[in-house]
This record gives sequence, C-alpha cells and structure tokens, in this order.
Amino acid sequence: MSTRDLIAGTAALCLAAACALPAHAQVQTHYGFGTAAAPADLAKYFAIAPDGSGLPPGSGTAAEGAKVYAENCSACHGSQLQGNPAKGIGGDKLIGGRGTLASANPVKTVESYWPYSTTLFDYVKRAMPFSSPGSLTDDQVYSVVAYVLSQAHIIKPAETMNARTLPRVKMPNRNGFIPDPRPELALYR
Amino acid sequence: MRRDPIVYDEKSQRMADEMVKAEAKLIARRDLEGQDCDCKDGMFPSRVATNRRAFLLAAGSAAGIAAGAMASGDAAAQQALPGAVHYDVPPDPTKVQGRPIGADGGYGTRSQFETEVRERFPTANAYTSWSFTPLQKMLGNVTASGLHYERDHNGIPTIDPGRHRLAVHGMVETPKIFTMADIKRFPSVTRRHFIECAGNGLTEWKKPTLKTVQGTHGLLSTSEWVGVPFATIAREVGLKDGATWVLAEGADAAVMTRSIPMDKMLTDAFLAYGQNGEAIRPEQGYPLRLMLPGYEGNLHIKWLRRLEVSDKPYMTREETSKYTDLLGNGIARQFTFIMDAKSVITFPSGNMKLPGAGFYNITGLAWSGRGRVQSVDVSVDAGKTWYPARIEVVAEPMCTVRFSFPWMWDGKPAVLQSRCMDETGYIQPTLQQLIAIRGDNGPFGSIYHLNAIQSWAVAVDGSVTNVHA
Ligand code: HEC
Repeated sequence: MSTRDLIAGTAALCLAAACALPAHAQVQTHYGFGTAAAPADLAKYFAIAPDGSGLPPGSGTAAEGAKVYAENCSACHGSQLQGNPAKGIGGDKLIGGRGTLASANPVKTVESYWPYSTTLFDYVKRAMPFSSPGSLTDDQVYSVVAYVLSQAHIIKPAETMNARTLPRVKMPNRNGFIPDPRPELALYR
Repeated sequence: MRRDPIVYDEKSQRMADEMVKAEAKLIARRDLEGQDCDCKDGMFPSRVATNRRAFLLAAGSAAGIAAGAMASGDAAAQQALPGAVHYDVPPDPTKVQGRPIGADGGYGTRSQFETEVRERFPTANAYTSWSFTPLQKMLGNVTASGLHYERDHNGIPTIDPGRHRLAVHGMVETPKIFTMADIKRFPSVTRRHFIECAGNGLTEWKKPTLKTVQGTHGLLSTSEWVGVPFATIAREVGLKDGATWVLAEGADAAVMTRSIPMDKMLTDAFLAYGQNGEAIRPEQGYPLRLMLPGYEGNLHIKWLRRLEVSDKPYMTREETSKYTDLLGNGIARQFTFIMDAKSVITFPSGNMKLPGAGFYNITGLAWSGRGRVQSVDVSVDAGKTWYPARIEVVAEPMCTVRFSFPWMWDGKPAVLQSRCMDETGYIQPTLQQLIAIRGDNGPFGSIYHLNAIQSWAVAVDGSVTNVHA
C-alpha cells in the first residue's frame, strides 16, 4: 500500500467513523478567554441602587452644597436651579413642577418627577459637571445632592446626606411609575 | 373621540421651533444644489444629468456657492461635502486618465456628487444631541454606516481599542475583564437589526411639525452587526441564581447606564464590534456596543465597558428622568423597552414634488421590535382603502424591510400612508388611537414611542407635505 492510499484509506475510515481531525477544535461551550478580575480592577466602577447599595462613605449638607453648586453647577443650571436654555449650555431645570404632571404642561424635574434620591447621587457622580464629569469628591456629591433636595423642599436644610440617610429620602413622585403595559390592548379592539 | 389639542411645554416648543428653522436651512441648501425635486433624482436621471448647475453646485461646498465659482476656479468651491473628496470633472472622462489606483490611500470615499448628510437636532448643547438619517435618500434596507443616526449624551469619545476593557461582574461566579482581543476570539454572530431612538418623531405628536421624512423618522437606521452573544460571555463568568437584571455602562463622558432584564440578555443580546463589514463606527460605539434587538436605541449602550449582573434595576437617570412615558393621568410608564411596529413611506415624502400624473414606485421602510415584519399595506386615500405592498427583502427578526408599491397617480389630491403588521399580529396604529390611550399632555409627557401611521399629502401640483390625516 502506498502512502497516498494509506492517507486516503484513513480519511475514508475517519469519515465513516465521524472522527474529527486533530486540527479541528471540538465543540466548546466554555473558552477561558478573559482574565479573572481582582477587586482592585473593579474599584473604579459604581452604580447606586435605590436601596443605597453602592453608596460610598462620606457625607454632606446643603450649606456645603450651596458652595459646590455655585462653583460647579450654577452656570449651567441657574442660580435658582431654574435651568439655563442658552445656546451651548442647555442645563435642565432641577426643581419645581410639583403637581404639574397630570396637567397640559407637565414640568419634569428632580423635584417633580424623579422617583429615587439615589439616582441623583449616581447621576451627578458619574456625569456632572457636564464639562468635567466625575471631578467631584464623594463629599462634594453628597453636599450638592443635599442642596438640590433641600432647595426642592424634599429634605430639611440641616439634614446630612450620607449612605444611610440618602436612600431613606422619599421623593414626591416615588409612586408615579408603572411597568410597561404594552402591547396596548385597546389596539386589539 | 374629540380631545383637547396637545400643548407643548416651553422647552419642547423651543426645540421644535429650532428644528423647524434648521430643517428650513437644510431644505434651502438642497434647493440651491438644484435638488428642489428629490423625486427627479434617480427617477429621472436624464434630467438630473443635464442639470449642469446642479452638478457644478453639487461639486461645490455645502454652503451653496454661486454657480460661477467653479468655472472661475474659486478654491472655496473645490471643497467636497463630508465623506467625499473633490476632483475636477473632465469634459470627457474617456479622453483623460483617471486617478491611479491606491491614490486614495486605500480607503474609498463616496462620490463628490452625493450630498446627503445627517442633520443634527438643534438642542442647545451640541454634546447632548442627536442627528437624523436622511431616509429620503437611503437605498435598500441597510443604512450607510456614516449616515446611521446617532444620539450622544456627552459627545463621542475617542477610545483606543488596545486599552479598552469590558468588565463583567456582580452576581457571577468569576468576575472577569475582557480585552477586545479576548472578545473577538469567541464564536461570533452576524445579524441585521434596526436601531430606533425612542424619541423618533417626538415633534409630531401635536401637529405635523417637520417637513421631511429625515426629520419625522430619521432616528431609525439599520446595519449588519457582528458580535458575541451575551449568553457566551455569561457562561464564561457563570451566572448566579437570582440574577434578574444586568446593568450596562458606556465609557463615554455620560458614563451612560441602563438596566436590562436578564431574560432579554439571554434571549438575543450580543456585544457588537462589527458594523456593515468593518469595525463599528465611533459614533456607534467603537469599539464595542451592546445590541438589544428591537429595544429602544438608548439601551444599545455604546462604548460598552461594563456589565454588572444584579437582582434589581438600578433606576438610573435614563430609566427614570428620561425614557419614561408620562401619560395623561400624570403616571409614567417605565421600562418601555420594545419599539412597536412602525413604517413610513420614504418616497414620495415630505418636501418632494412629483413632476406630474403617472407611474410612481412608492417605497418605504417597515420594522418591528417584536419580531419580523409580516406585511405592509399602503393607502393612497388617507386610510380608507388599503392594498398590500411588495416586500423587497427577506424579512428578518427586529430588522427593517424595504417595501414598494406601484402607484398610478391620476393627478388628483392624494394622501399616502403605510401600515405595518408584524409577525405577532400587532398592527401599526393611528395617531388618534395612540393619543386616546396615552392621553394628551403630549410632547413633554409621552414624547417617546410614537409609532403612528404617517401621512403624506400629494397636492394637485405634485408637492408632498407632512399632514395629520
Ligand atoms: C457645562 C454645563 C453643566 C454643568 C457645569 C453642570 N451641568 Fe448638569 N446638566 C447639563 C446638561 C447639558 C444636562 C443634560 C444632559 C443630557 O442631555 O443627558 C445636565 C443634566 C443634569 C441633571 C439631570 C436633569 C434631569 O432632569 O434629567 C442633573 C440632576 C444635573 N445636571 C445636575 C448637575 C449638578 C449637580 C451640577 C454641578 C455639580 C451640574 N449638573 C453641572 C449641563 C451642566
């Protein structure tokens, strides 16, 4: 038997027996790519849930927050937190609008619309100030959050915000949301 | 049922007014370029080809430089539009040599005569804004990558793929960090899907506001995406019992976050790095984007850097303050993920002008976030009678289809509409039906998820306008 015949014979045998050639990988469900993450690799990430999980140590009050706000937010959100629609700025109005949601002209703000206080901390820490996001210390974030909530008359001016107190703040529109009811049954009449 | 008219709040009114102005500018520019009648372009190529002024201007700048500029060799007129390079046009291309191969550096550009661009919605701040796909000029089913609509909440980041990392952690057995090279080693999937912004059409609740289909429907685009199913990554890290949500986070300056139900993540979510045959575009999330077929555009987290497996939604700003649908009764719907079935006629569409009675191939796009498009109907009498359209492609799940409908226009006023039915049997509703359900504190209330039937009125003189019919 020549070598050629031998190879051909083996191939035929292989086909018949459905045996895989060694160069092919077997079907896999796990690949082992990526590296195990150490806590230090994940330290820079955060997400703060309504139960307060993810809130960092630290604290702040509205009095300190007024200063943080004046320096870091006021230019874009207005000295009275009324918003600034000017070209190049477009910072949202942050307070007011309570009682307007069912009206013909609903005004959605942190005060009137946001269901959770923790969202405010999470969002300011990750995305504000808009022109230098993530530049505030955690104490500054607690402070400016306290300031916004107190200007919105949601907390008292003297209340301290920290990982324990912030999740307990009850937002005015806490019960203003329902899950998606679609598909809308009225469309099947 | 009679309802009070929808009132815009100050901010929405301002944005809508600004958009009307911006669109008017765009239209004026197109008119200057000699494309006052979009229908002629392509439909009647000979007319366009003999329109010397249009050609000269198309070769000129977007500002619409005077017709003489090219002839006098004005340098400003030599500027090409975005995505193109200007070359002098020889009188007879068969009598001079063309450009040597490779002179473009190895990456081609579109023809200098193609002028369509995305148009930015004039929000006050250009870092948090969106740009519309020129649907009236899109051919076929897939959107050119450079014309894919975008919505960014704090600009487009520049990310070195060599340094980009994806962290997958939370309720998993082995939290892991993946490099782009790691991600590309996994078996991949290739799928065509549309992405539509939940706010597509937000100016159109109260009255027909924008003139063109680019303005009314341009936050919709379709690409072929390549990536790794989340399920594959899930097995690598090992999901723990009780995990019901996944938080996805972007590496942009908004550090965008959304919570996604595990059910969706394990049904068809994938992590895309390819778009239309090449790497995903920076505006679309380079180097990695979460694909959630049929879900709101905002959930397709771009520049994806982190997936945190959890047992609860995080109630991020984009799933509370934004992307929730305030109803007439003051209560808001939350986690309204799916984009319902929708369609639109892209030719003829707003601001075009038909040259006269005769044959027209009506064409448009239809899509559904719940599955495949089953059928598309077209009406030329404002919905009194409906006829089946042709579907030009094989319908795929959560992907647009291109449809067409042969129409013999008798020269009388007509109102063109299209209506999509998806494979679940859902039929695209009218605006009146939607408002009856969701209430009418409109634009700043239920600004999102407008999937109503669109109407284009054709007048006796052939002009096409956006109407509510
Ligand atoms: C350079 C301008 C600018 C600065 C400075 C700025 N913001 Fe903003 N802010 C914006 C813009 C623009 C948005 C809207 C972002 C978007 O569209 O996603 C915004 C959004 C917000 C929102 C969300 C509002 C809503 O209703 O969804 C909050 C809360 C907020 N900013 C708080 C702050 C705080 C607190 C500071 C100071 C620490 C601050 N901002 C500094 C421009 C700014």
